[in-house]
Amino acid sequence: MPKLRLRNVEKRFGDRLVCAGINLDVEAGQMVCLIGASGAGKSTLLRCINLLEPIEDGEIFLDGTDIAVPGLNPQDVRARIGMVFQSYNLFPHMTAIENAMLAPRRVHGRSRADLEPEVFELFARFGLAEQVGSYPDQLSGGQQQRVAIVRALAMQPEVMLFDEITSALDPQLVGEVLDVLLLLKQQGMTMVLATHEMGFARQAADKVCFLHDGRILEEGGPMQLFGNAQHQETQSFLARALK
Amino acid sequence: MARRTGGGLTRRERYEAQQKRRSLGVAAASTAAVGLALFVLVPLAPGWEKVQQSFFNAEVLVQSFPKLLDAFKINVMIFAWSAPAIAVLGLLIALARDVKSPALFPLRIFGAAFTDIFRGVPVILTVYLIGFGIPGLGLPRPWNSPYIWGSLALILTYSAYVAEIFRSGIDSVHHSQRAAALSLGLSERQVMRDVVLPQAVRNVVPSQMNMLIALQKDVSLLSFIGPVEIFRQAGVFKSLLANFTPYVGAAIIFLVVTIPATRYADYLMARQRRDRN
Repeated sequence: MPKLRLRNVEKRFGDRLVCAGINLDVEAGQMVCLIGASGAGKSTLLRCINLLEPIEDGEIFLDGTDIAVPGLNPQDVRARIGMVFQSYNLFPHMTAIENAMLAPRRVHGRSRADLEPEVFELFARFGLAEQVGSYPDQLSGGQQQRVAIVRALAMQPEVMLFDEITSALDPQLVGEVLDVLLLLKQQGMTMVLATHEMGFARQAADKVCFLHDGRILEEGGPMQLFGNAQHQETQSFLARALK
Repeated sequence: MARRTGGGLTRRERYEAQQKRRSLGVAAASTAAVGLALFVLVPLAPGWEKVQQSFFNAEVLVQSFPKLLDAFKINVMIFAWSAPAIAVLGLLIALARDVKSPALFPLRIFGAAFTDIFRGVPVILTVYLIGFGIPGLGLPRPWNSPYIWGSLALILTYSAYVAEIFRSGIDSVHHSQRAAALSLGLSERQVMRDVVLPQAVRNVVPSQMNMLIALQKDVSLLSFIGPVEIFRQAGVFKSLLANFTPYVGAAIIFLVVTIPATRYADYLMARQRRDRN
């Protein structure tokens, strides 16, 4: 059974069909990269998986259970699926470690004292030991994004969603964030990324999906997709993206 | 820094120094002109003697000042218990207007009606209606005190304004903050309490400071329903001494409090603008 399975996911904004029947299987421990032009529906799809956007039709199975049933309490699902955003979205009024401890404290009802050692350990593992007491505006973009990843990991999620997390970064800071993803992959985290980092997708992804007009037009291993794309649209997108 | 050999200033530095001298000169000249008009020309006006006698009489000022200061303590007292009540009620009203649960719909209606009514009626009218109306029910002591009902009138009016400021603060928190908090599994309530409100409150501190300054002045409206606070006390002296100087004295006391407060509010606003850029 795949960790995450999407069946005919449909999402519209007004009369615009943003996800037009998306099918996707993500096996446990896999890294799946969603690529495609801006507006192809990558970000929206991630937001749908995390139930930040309700879907019109279709099913989303997490461990075989449909989590997109209308009326279901989304909190339990979100606690199991971490998400990291393009613009970091750290809470500016809290230090880095407070950012990471808020959700486990509130959702799992754990105490600061209980959490501190393990959250500190997370910061240390991602090279952020010095930054635990800093406020977001005292950190570089790369550090902020890594804190945002740690914040999501502190909830011990089963799946992580990454929404173009390097798009807002200066080129020299992209590497440190992508390294974090490689580390997570080694640890067996199940991940879905919307990304424009073609080099990274080719090197690290287990599966690459090309989205076009709200559909997965083509999917396959990175060798297959980058080396031997079947569709005209995929080829021309890659030609533009890799030029 | 690009200095010329020989320790001379750069071309730009010389130009800027010259500009600075120029603008200082212009500022000094225009200030002198305005000062001349105020201190030389105004006293030449035909009625100046009389105005000076009845508004700027040093003797009357000295005589009335201690009592005015005493009466100002009443203003401070009313302010001191009204301000926290306004902060709490204002925040509750702001939250009530944003509730989404259908069971709490009446609360939402109440919040909207509350702000509409109390923002729509002049403060003095609310003070009169509540300050005279409720004790008119024949309540026993101490429940017929104008201090209670006058303060309540201020609290209700100001809460309506303060609530709207809190609401604008809540709206000013970017929706991506909400999305991030929700994505971690927090409930709507927790998102509001831990993520949105702390930022919203910080964003509106300068605006709320201005409300506090306005409240400090409006406490004087309670004089119309009884309490002998500073404005009323100045009125007593005016009748007693047939002189308006006590009003000027009262104005001075207000300014001593409000000028530093407005300066501080301006400073907070400027700092916030700086932080945003």
